[in-house]
Amino acid sequence: MSSKVRRKPRIAVFKLASCDGCQLSLLDAEDELLSVAGALDIAYFPEASSAMGKGPYDITLVEGSVTTHHDAERIQEIRRQSKTLITIGACATAGGIQALRNWKDVDEFIRVVYPTPKFIVTLKLSTPIAEHVPVDFELRGCPINKHQLIELITATLAGRKPNVPTYSVCMECKRKGNVCIEVAQGVACMGPVTQAGCGALCPGFDRGCYGCYGPMESPNTESLSNQLRILGRNNEEITRAFRSFNAWAWQFRKASEESERT
Amino acid sequence: MSKQPARTIKVDVLARVEGEGGLYVKLKGDQVQDVKLKIYEPPRFFEAFLRGRHFSEVPDIVARICGICPVAYQMSAVHAIEDALGVKVDGQLRALRRLLYCGEWIESHTLHVYMLHAPDFLGYQDAIQMAKEHPAVVQRALQLKKAGNQIVTLLGGREIHPINVRVGGFYKVPSRSEFAALAERLKWARDAALKTVRFVATLTFPDFERDYVFVALRQPEGHPFNEYPFNEGRLFSNGGLDIPIGEYEANFAEEHVQHSNALRSVLKPHGVYLVGPLARYSLNFDRLSPLAQEAARDAGLGPVCRNPFKSIIVRSVETVYACDEALRIIEQYERPEKAAFEIHPRAATGYGCTEAPRGILYHRYRLDEEGAVLEAKIVPPTSQNLRIIEQDLGQFVPKFLNLPEADLRWQCEQAVRNYDPCISCATHCLRVEIDRG
Repeated sequence: MSSKVRRKPRIAVFKLASCDGCQLSLLDAEDELLSVAGALDIAYFPEASSAMGKGPYDITLVEGSVTTHHDAERIQEIRRQSKTLITIGACATAGGIQALRNWKDVDEFIRVVYPTPKFIVTLKLSTPIAEHVPVDFELRGCPINKHQLIELITATLAGRKPNVPTYSVCMECKRKGNVCIEVAQGVACMGPVTQAGCGALCPGFDRGCYGCYGPMESPNTESLSNQLRILGRNNEEITRAFRSFNAWAWQFRKASEESERT
Repeated sequence: MSKQPARTIKVDVLARVEGEGGLYVKLKGDQVQDVKLKIYEPPRFFEAFLRGRHFSEVPDIVARICGICPVAYQMSAVHAIEDALGVKVDGQLRALRRLLYCGEWIESHTLHVYMLHAPDFLGYQDAIQMAKEHPAVVQRALQLKKAGNQIVTLLGGREIHPINVRVGGFYKVPSRSEFAALAERLKWARDAALKTVRFVATLTFPDFERDYVFVALRQPEGHPFNEYPFNEGRLFSNGGLDIPIGEYEANFAEEHVQHSNALRSVLKPHGVYLVGPLARYSLNFDRLSPLAQEAARDAGLGPVCRNPFKSIIVRSVETVYACDEALRIIEQYERPEKAAFEIHPRAATGYGCTEAPRGILYHRYRLDEEGAVLEAKIVPPTSQNLRIIEQDLGQFVPKFLNLPEADLRWQCEQAVRNYDPCISCATHCLRVEIDRG
């Protein structure tokens, strides 16, 4: 038996441009939070604590996308301070809903929202963390699934691969025994191209999936676009369907640009 | 004349608030020269990219402004769009929306009361540290918060960014039997909320009161629903304001300052005003349930509360109310025949204003004949409270100048947290700095 007392791994939570929802998922894990806090030293998590410990950190969770020069520099420093860097949510993994600016003139956006545009400094693009620094794991979802987050933290601590499937929402629907709403009711559903993780939530509530978990591992977006056309959707509607919370994820980006050109 | 010593109080990253901001206070002697609530959370331009989206997409998009109060955004949006399209959602669907809002208030208020605000009063860095010495209190907090989240999950599919809200109603409505387990849970929650009020009433509060202009929703006398405000009402103030929500922009202005990526609101011509629990409570005490009124009285609160530090008691009282109201709605629930009213697009403008946990949240949408958004305007509660927070600090700091630097900074941060500011919302804006020269 080692005589050394093992140091608790240190975790940090950082936020860039985002809604706070993904880091809130950790606080929403009401049944697990105190055990997580028992296994880890929560070194930096400003939303939850005034104790702001300096790096290096063993596990770093990053929420939000890069939209300012300041954050582009900050993420480099965060990477340097982090042994394992995990990005959480659609903003951090795909640029988020704010990436809709990427197809527009951001200066015009500033003028629409702010009366004194010169006070606002922002980048033309909203980009995911992996476009700036190497990322060890990307956890999808808008918001993330808290059970997947706990699994990911547990796996990282144990040094094993996390059980986070990359297949589509369709698999979850089948497993739940849902009747396919796209086939049976003609409801437009992004489930075939969207990564699982939500538990096929929307089809269970009689509505089509709107793709908040982003593209599955190898999505056939062209086939889905054709299916949406059969259901009577025009190209503009198809473009919008791919252009939401994960719009800048390359597979969805390609699909939306194709339907925009058509 | 002797030169006055100058100092600065600075907090670069405000902790235990939602989003990114800081605080800067500049002092010369015992005079506050400048207070700035700095909002460096990056702007996300929701009002700009909503243009061109179909109205049916709006509730899902605006939810993403805030992970803590997505229901509030969805509610203000659906009410505004329904106003434009001439639809009035009533009956059990109206009641279900109120129930959903109860869930969000319980979850958001409990998060703030126990995890963000209580550590200030008790001298802890966070709730996890607090849990080591008060394990039963923190456990109660987590389970009470969970009860709120369970309402949102049952009705909305998930606690953050619920998927079941649509213009006209819901995608799917639960059966009466689905509420059975939740009702049992809520009876426990109501009891836990009462214990919460008793717990926060024992905290020590700075002697600090101000003569605020409160603004909140309120149903006019004689309205069929004589209820504490969530989704509806007229805009009221203790200064004589009494207007329909459609006249919000004629009565309130937004200003833009360099140190904030969030616009800030003022009430014309009265200037700075306060929204949120203190305002809601002080303007609607008579509309609370008897149980919530009794809890407030037992905690030593009168029908008006002007001490912002006591907002923690008011939030706890509102949590009692939300549990009570949720139980009332569930008891009277009968599954409606349709999950949503039929909607037909038309070119029109609509207004929505609902009571987010942090105060009134105003939306306006202009739609074209196909239902696409031409123009969107969103004013979150935190933008409206930014000026009052700065004013509070300006008046608060001179009274506590003899405190050691670290304690003064702590008190300043606490004074900001009185408002449970949501910076993610406000920038769709906090750092504390105290400058003494």
